[in-house]
Amino acid sequence: MRYEAPQTLNQAVNVFSEFNGLKRILAGGTDILVQLRTDVIQPELLMNIKDIEELGKIELFDNFWKIGAGVSAANITRNKEFSKEWPGITEGVGLIGSTQIQNRATLVGNLSNASPAADGVPALVAANAMVEIVGRNGNRKLEILSLISGPGKLNMKSDEFISHILIPRQNKNSSDCYIRFIPRTEMDIAVVGCGVNLSVENNNISAVKVVLGAVGPKVIFSEEASNSLLGASLNADSLSKLQEICERDAKPIDDKRGTIDFRRKVAGVLAKRAVEKAYKRIMEDS
Amino acid sequence: MKKVHVSTTINGDNKEFLCDTRETLLDALRDHLALTGSKEGCGTGDCGACSVIFEGEVICSCLALAVEAEGKNIDTIEGMANDGKLHILQKKFLEHAALQCGICTPGILMASKSLLQQNKEPTKEEVRFWLAGNLCRCTGYDKIINAVLDAAKEMRETV
Ligand SMILES: Cc1cc2nc3c(=O)[nH]c(=O)nc-3n(C[C@H](O)[C@H](O)[C@H](O)COP(=O)(O)OP(=O)(O)OC[C@H]3O[C@@H](n4cnc5c(N)ncnc54)[C@H](O)[C@@H]3O)c2cc1C
Ligand code: FES
Ligand code: FES
Repeated sequence: MRYEAPQTLNQAVNVFSEFNGLKRILAGGTDILVQLRTDVIQPELLMNIKDIEELGKIELFDNFWKIGAGVSAANITRNKEFSKEWPGITEGVGLIGSTQIQNRATLVGNLSNASPAADGVPALVAANAMVEIVGRNGNRKLEILSLISGPGKLNMKSDEFISHILIPRQNKNSSDCYIRFIPRTEMDIAVVGCGVNLSVENNNISAVKVVLGAVGPKVIFSEEASNSLLGASLNADSLSKLQEICERDAKPIDDKRGTIDFRRKVAGVLAKRAVEKAYKRIMEDS
Repeated sequence: MKKVHVSTTINGDNKEFLCDTRETLLDALRDHLALTGSKEGCGTGDCGACSVIFEGEVICSCLALAVEAEGKNIDTIEGMANDGKLHILQKKFLEHAALQCGICTPGILMASKSLLQQNKEPTKEEVRFWLAGNLCRCTGYDKIINAVLDAAKEMRETV
């Protein structure tokens, strides 16, 4: 296996796009090292992107945040300004593994590994985040739902990789939330996860996105659940309707971590709780 | 297979070794540099027995490649005691009987050291969360948590 650790993004694009063989990016390595060890993949080129300075930054622009592909989870959760604006995305990132894992794992790696249970992803989708992809023919942007095509699968060409995540600035009277269910209190894989981004105007919900994780081959944006809340006030009726739709929209599998029925039920409960929590955050801020 | 030459700093000393690109940092420490204090419990990031401080942050050395050490600063358990004088954390682990078989101990000491570098006065809950990635089959954790809290207290008092 050839190993490269370029210092600039330009070099990285050249090295990666010019190599014709099985190749992978090495970010935090917390997924791929396990895959290398168990021979799940045997790349001929592994390119470490952590030494590229411009990919190691969290930057704030007028209307978006830009998080480099080399930024560790710990550096995202430590960023006070970002975590105040996007507490839900921060919650998802903060749940990835232990202290040791947090210091290495990246949000882009979490996304690129494309596990249906990835904790960083649902809140990103709810926030309408996009990725910036670099390759031989320059940059392009892609929505996260279009990026992920299935478990472990991304819609990218062989010369491309992700350089940044772009997250819009949060709107006024809005907040987000991510909750997951695991049987333990720490260090476990989500049985169900739910990310919500919510806006409120005159006590009514003016914009909302409800996204479910770990209950399908990829994250599920429940359009029906989101629409059911639009224009409504938050009450027992609107919440139980939301819960019912999420139970229906979840398409989980049966495994040792949870049965289909259990996962559907939990999806509904988590959606309800995440909406309530995001709503509470908005009320506390105003 | 062609080996890669790596030049790195470990516990303040320059070190060089040859390794295969697929080799982990943990294997390089143990097999090429005879630094066998870092242990392999699982090899998959779950147990923390391989914890080292890499560029100032605690990581699992089983989840890093040896080639990633090029030009970097790494602290291992071997650098914890100074000239035969134990670190306060090590003393407190002995005092509180916070170890039995000792396999988890080097990793827990490194993780605790990094905690106390970033947080001089952690709460019990903060210590527990920080060490959630360090498994111990022997002690039941209470003694470890108490040793870390006691070490933090003594470090605050002595400086
Ligand atoms: C003990 C342990 C606990 C964990 N707990 C959790 C958890 O609670 N929740 C959770 O969601 N995950 C968890 N994980 C999984 C893992 O830590 C996360 O998915 C992490 O975010 C992966 O990021 P990374 O930077 O380490 O990825 P890497 O391992 O470096 O990369 C992962 C994959 O993405 C590709 N990739 C990385 N960067 C790019 C890029 N810029 N462009 C294109 N492709 C790229 C790589 O080639 C690889 O295929 C855990 C892992 C371990 C070992
Ligand atoms: S050996 Fe590295 S975490 Fe277990
Ligand atoms: S002392 Fe034996 S595993 Fe911790």
